[in-house]
Amino acid sequence: MHERLDQWQFVMAALAIGVIGTLVLVGWTLWAMKRAEARRDASRNSGQRGT
Amino acid sequence: MHGFANPARFLRMARWLMPLMLIPGLVLAFGALAWGLFMVPPDRLMGQTVRILFIHVPSAWLGMAGWSTIAIASLTELVWRHPLAGIAARAAAVPGAAFTAICLATGSIWARPTWGTWWVWDGRLTSFLILLFLYFGYIALAGAAQRDAAAGEGASRVTAIFGLVGAVNIPIINRSVVWWNSLHQPPSITAGKSSIDAAFLYPLLIAALGFTLIFGGLVLARMRMLLADIQTEARLRRKAMA
Repeated sequence: MHERLDQWQFVMAALAIGVIGTLVLVGWTLWAMKRAEARRDASRNSGQRGT
Repeated sequence: MHGFANPARFLRMARWLMPLMLIPGLVLAFGALAWGLFMVPPDRLMGQTVRILFIHVPSAWLGMAGWSTIAIASLTELVWRHPLAGIAARAAAVPGAAFTAICLATGSIWARPTWGTWWVWDGRLTSFLILLFLYFGYIALAGAAQRDAAAGEGASRVTAIFGLVGAVNIPIINRSVVWWNSLHQPPSITAGKSSIDAAFLYPLLIAALGFTLIFGGLVLARMRMLLADIQTEARLRRKAMA
């Protein structure tokens, strides 16, 4: 028995995983970088205030 | 190479190089995906599913390139003691794991309409799944080494050795479709040769270039993040001891 599959559903699912995965990865990485640099700058400023 | 060992000099370079890689990378990668989706004709055998090629192949390439980066940076850390090499290795792990996961997911989705199954335990698929587990192990080990400051250089060296030993899986992935029978097709692009029609090859190469630039930008961003974390930790430790 032949199973009739709509190929476009598979194409769109694969592209959605690729595009959303890449965008989430880029967004999360940039957010984590900005947060780490802000924390470093805050610790530097509090250190300067303390001295 | 040691010219970039100075973190301040590296950060100055990373600040302008990171957007220079990320923005063109996103434009090229998503442009090539749109080209593949709207302009490429369906394949004679695979039909419309051939369009999955433009996300699956670049993510496979980056999954392997990510671990190759880890292995080269780990070797540089162990042999030449380059201060940024360990940070570069750790920075490549999460993007490498993410692209490996995307490759496995898109490959499984592609397999269902073309092979009639979501998964087979053949050499290529199994060795790629092992690569994902190696990434998980590396990320956990690197995280533990960073947290355990008392372990110091020793823990960092264990992580580097793990990165180097895990590289044995890369040639296995590459040759798996030649060594063992598989539903997966043999390599279509080898050094200087391609069996892919130009209609598919050009958008594929542009997608590969775009995703590679994104990967490079992500590694630089994660290196900035890791360096900032190290500087914060060092400052807090100095303050606690004062």
